[in-house]
Parts: sequence; C-alpha cells; structure tokens
Amino acid sequence: MGKLELEERTADSGSARRELADAVELSGVWREFGDRPVLRDVSFALARGGTLALLGPNGAGKTTLLRIVATLLRPSHGEVRVLGCSLPAQAHRVRGRLGYLGHEPLLYRDLTAAENLRFQARLYGLPDDGRGRIAELLDTVGMARRANELVRNLSAGMVQRLAACRSVLHDPELLLLDEPRSHLDPEGASLVEALIGRRPDRARVLVAHDIEGALGDSDNALALAAGGAVAYSGPSTGLSVGDARAIYGGAL
Amino acid sequence: MKVPSLRAQAAATVAALGAGFALVFFYAPLDADQGFIQKIFYLHVPLAICALLGFVVAAGHAIRHLRTGDPVHDARSYVSIHLSVIFGVGVLLTGSIWARASWGKWWVWDEPTLVSFLIVFLLYATYYPLRYAIEDRDRQARYASVFAITAGAFVPLNFVAVRMAQSLVHPRVFATAEGGLPGSMLFTFCVCLLGMSLLWLTLVRFELAAKSASAKLSRLRRALEGETYGPPSGSRIAPGVPSRAASPG
Amino acid sequence: MTSPEEGTGGPGARTHSLRAFTAILAKDLRVELRTLQAVPAMVLFAVTTFVLFRYGLDRTSLSGSLAAGVLLATVLFAAILAINRLFVPERDEGGFDAIRLAPVDGSALLAAKAAALIVYLVVLEAVALPVFGVFFLDTWTGVAPLAGVLLLTDLGLAATGVLVSQIGANSRARDLLVPLVLLPLLVPVMIAAANSAQRLLAAGGPSYGGIGKWLAVLALYDVTFLLVAYAVYDFVLED
Repeated sequence: MGKLELEERTADSGSARRELADAVELSGVWREFGDRPVLRDVSFALARGGTLALLGPNGAGKTTLLRIVATLLRPSHGEVRVLGCSLPAQAHRVRGRLGYLGHEPLLYRDLTAAENLRFQARLYGLPDDGRGRIAELLDTVGMARRANELVRNLSAGMVQRLAACRSVLHDPELLLLDEPRSHLDPEGASLVEALIGRRPDRARVLVAHDIEGALGDSDNALALAAGGAVAYSGPSTGLSVGDARAIYGGAL
Repeated sequence: MKVPSLRAQAAATVAALGAGFALVFFYAPLDADQGFIQKIFYLHVPLAICALLGFVVAAGHAIRHLRTGDPVHDARSYVSIHLSVIFGVGVLLTGSIWARASWGKWWVWDEPTLVSFLIVFLLYATYYPLRYAIEDRDRQARYASVFAITAGAFVPLNFVAVRMAQSLVHPRVFATAEGGLPGSMLFTFCVCLLGMSLLWLTLVRFELAAKSASAKLSRLRRALEGETYGPPSGSRIAPGVPSRAASPG
Repeated sequence: MTSPEEGTGGPGARTHSLRAFTAILAKDLRVELRTLQAVPAMVLFAVTTFVLFRYGLDRTSLSGSLAAGVLLATVLFAAILAINRLFVPERDEGGFDAIRLAPVDGSALLAAKAAALIVYLVVLEAVALPVFGVFFLDTWTGVAPLAGVLLLTDLGLAATGVLVSQIGANSRARDLLVPLVLLPLLVPVMIAAANSAQRLLAAGGPSYGGIGKWLAVLALYDVTFLLVAYAVYDFVLED
C-alpha cells in the first residue's frame, strides 16, 4: 500500500490570521530515537473545532506523534504548526492553550486531588488559583467529596477522572487525548466525556484502541503503522472516514 | 585557510615529537637539583597543558552544539574530552613517577597543580558513565554538552581553590616553564609542547574520521537492509558517539 | 530567553516566573512535610556520622581543621541524600511533563528546586550544628558566624546539586551517577568552606585572619555555578 500524498499547502503569506489557520498542521514529520525512526514522513491537518482520530497498532508511533504536537518532543525533521505557531521555536506561545491527557496522569501522589488541581491552576496562571473552576470540574466528574483525598489513595478510575480535570482546567483550544477511557468504567467514561467531548471551539486529537468508537466521534482519521502513515482522511483528500477504516483494516 | 591533510599533519606530529625527544635527551642540560629525572617534565607538563586546553576546547564545541543542535559539534566535544582524559592519565602517571623518584612516595599532596589535575580528571572521568546512562541519543548529546560546559567552568575555579589551599610552608616543587628557565630548557620545552599539541590535534582528527566512517558504514548497511527511504537530504547522520547497542525492540 | 507575551493573563500567555516559582516551591515543601522523606534522613545521617567520627578519630573534642572537616564532610554527604531525591516526584509522575506542558519558564523549576534544597539544608544545619557543638566543641563563640559560612556553602551545593540532579533524573543508575559527578564539582566548595570554618572553630576561639579570601572563593563559586545552571537549564529541561 502506498502512502497517500497530501496536497501541498500554500506557504503562509505571513498575514494568515490565527482564526483561519488550522488547529494543527504537520508536514513531513520524522522522529528518530537514536538510529531508529519512530515516525516517518507524517503529514496531516486538523481544522479548528474538529476531531482527528489517530489509529494504529501498538508501537506505531501514535504516542510519539501526540507528544510532538503537545510540544513535549521535537521532531527530527519536518514542520509542525499548532494553533498558528510553529514548533519548536514558538512552543512557549501555545503551551497555555493546549491540554494533554496522556498515559501518565501527571498528578503528584502525595498531594490531594484539590491540591493537584490548584497547583496546576497556579502553573497556568489562572485567576484566584482557579478555585471556582476546580470545584466545578470535580463536581462534574463526581469527585466533589473526594477532593481532599491523597491521589495515592484513589483508585485508577478516580485518578483518570482527575487527570481529565487537569487537562481541561485551563480551557484549552486544543485537546490531545491518548486513550482517555483507560481505567474508566462506563459511568466514569460518560462523566469524563462531559469534560473532553466535542466542542465547536476546541480541536481534538484522539488516540484510541476502540476504532469504531473513535471513528464515530471524529471528522478525520490518520492511521499509522510502524511510524508511517498508511491512511489518511483529511479535508483535502476525498476519502471518507469509512474508507480510511477499510484501508486500516487491510493494513493489519 | 586550507586545512592540511591528515597524513601531512601526522607526519608533522611525528617530526615534532621526534625532534622534541631528541632535544630532551641530547640537548637539554641536566637539572642541578633533581638530575636526570627532571627530564620527565618535558613529557609531563606538555601533556597537562594539552589536556587542559583540550577540556576548554571541548567546552567550546559543547556550546556550539547546544546552540546549533548539529551533532558534529557533539562528536568533536566527545573526542576532545576523550583524548584529554587519556592525556590526563599520562599526566597523573608521569607526575607520580616523578614524585616517586624525587620524594620516594608515589603521590604528593604538596603540588597544587597535580592535585587540581587529579580532581579535574576524576570529574571528566564521569563523562563516560554519564553518556552511557542516557539512552536517547539526542538527550545524551545535550546533557553531555551541558556537562562539558559545566566542567569547563569548573576547571579554573578548581585550580584557584587548590592553589590557595596550598600551605605556604612547602615550596612549589615543579619549576614552571614561564619563569627562570635557562634558554636551552625553554627551547626544548617549547618543541615538546608543540609536538604534544600536534599529537592531540592529530589524534582528534583521526578519531573523528574513524567515527565518520563508521557512521557512513552503518547508514549504508541500513540502506542495503531495505530501508527504501531515509530522512530528507541535508540531514546527514553526522559522526555520533557510538551508543551502546540498545536491546532490540 | 523569551520575551513576555502579548496580553498578560490572556490565554496562552506565560505565567509570571515568580508565581510559577512559588507554586513549585510550595508544592515541594508541602510534599516533603507530608512524606518527610528527605529531611529526617539527612538529620539522622548527620548525627550518626558524628558518632562514627567520635569513635573513628577517638576524639571527644574537636577544633580547627579537624572540626571543620568532620562537620563539612557530614553536611556534604547528607546533602547528597537530598540531592538524589530532588527530582523524584517529577520523575515518577511522568517525568517533568506537568511542568513542561505548563506555560512557565524552565528557570522557575530550577530556582524552585534550588530553593527547596536550601530549605532542607538549613533545617539540617539548624539541628546538626547544635548537636555537633554539644558533641565536640569546647567553645561556641564560632558557631554563629559558622552558620553564615554554611549558608554560603548551601548556595553552592544547591546550584551544583540541582544541575547535576536534573541531568541524572532522566538517566539510568542516577543514584550512582549523581554523587559521582557531583563530588568532584564540590571540591572547591569544600576547600573554601573548610578553610573558613577551621578559622572559626580554632581552639582559642574564632580568628578572622585571612577568612575574607576564602569567603570570596565561596561567593565566586556560587555565582559561577548559578550562572552556568541558568545558562543551560533550557537544554536540560527539554525532552
């Protein structure tokens, strides 16, 4: 199977307004760890407010790709633009505007749930340490009564809910979700969905092993295998999400 | 300025070192106090100067590496430190031999330069475990550069502190090359210094060339093994530090 | 390194470094207070080591260079206990990601960790110094200025310790690597602090002759390594 070509994007005229730029644009991105390429020549675009499903078997490079978009990793080659800013040079401009829910909950086990969120709020410069927002979020995921428990005493499902709160605390414009439903029972999953679900003012990149669910929830899909893109349905190609699914199914 | 070929440089090195040693044995006068064993300085001091300058050069490469991200500078920094550490072993050995011959003990704490050198050597010897403890090649190179810069800043501080700690009761036992040496000794010393510097520079070039060749070889091998396309051109895999082979998978 | 962002307080703007610094420092101190991992171990280590020295040297009274050496060597090794643990919370919770993702300057993390380390060392010294005095000193007149010397030493320990600890935090065998790299780097601090302390702990009471140049070396070391740490922190923090 061949790699699908992505239309050349016209170069930024320099007067491109932020409002019109895509949420995420990747072009020819490579990432190597030592001698091993983990991502090869990956390109895609994600419009504002849209959702991109990132699919692929284990080890395909999905988490690496997500971390690059999250400014946590630099690409070895290629261009990355997030929310109108090119990485890694302008990473500091976008960090406050994106949220990341990865494999690690990024919570301090020896702090309580509320203390963790308050720390996060202070790091993001939220007014009043984000007091009201924290209470609201904890309430939404059903953890209002567990707010003063140490994270180390919380179950994995609770931790995941808390991690979801952490990722949206600062109301990001771009949400990066790496298997957000892990450790969650159906009740937990639906509570968390209220936080991380689709919104017109927020773009999302979603990595999930539940292919059907993810594809049902997204506008575009990118399938990776061994670091290379094997299928892409994006706004510039004519493929539908269903076609991408079929190709992906054939790649396994 | 055209860089001389490696072969020419190696020839010059051999010539300079040969001339130096000839001068040491046949031309330089015997020291009145210490006799024949004093001649070990013509080996000891140039080794030390080259090693220390080598550390400074490594710090310079490290700065360039952090600024540009080009792995070439990292390779240069690594090789510079590598050779300076080896020269450092030579410094300590020759210093010890001298101490044994003059004072009957294999080590003396009275000589501040030697003690400072020991500390610097101990520091730079940790460069290797530091590099090999970090698997990600990119981060390994970056941290190594940070180390090289930190250690480079440390060296002068260290010499100052150790020198100051020297009790004034014990006189400096090594004569410096700068002051009070008769002309013949000074001349011999300079030739030896030149030879040692050329040796250092030549060995650096040799090692870099060897690294570059092995990197090209591994790239060719990967290409032959069916990697049909590689990173876009303009991104050569520059000579890198041979990382310990990570376990597969 | 980076200029202030347009629209302070607006979305995407950098959080002010001082706010970030206080947030991280408060978090670290809160965790330490709650878990009591570093400081009690340091104090216990110091007191036990003093006892060891009492028997190893077969002395019950120390002064001058011997006293300085025992005290400083003990403080140094106790500091390494703390330095090893400095970045453990970040490393366990996904390796710095929480801080890397936030719109804060990396120097805030560095400064906060150094400040936390200084706090731990001050608490250690507040206990260890009196104990040392009770165990070994005949006269206490030198102790107050000695506390000042220790403070300067702590700055040097913090600057170097944070730098090395951060490098080691992401490596394998960091428990071995950190002391290995750190100890040679701390030799000038030791030399300067010991030479200052030995004058303050002299048998007949503190003498201040010649102490100025040693304090100058300590200060020089502190400034140099703070500058180096600040210059390179960006490169150590990124993945």
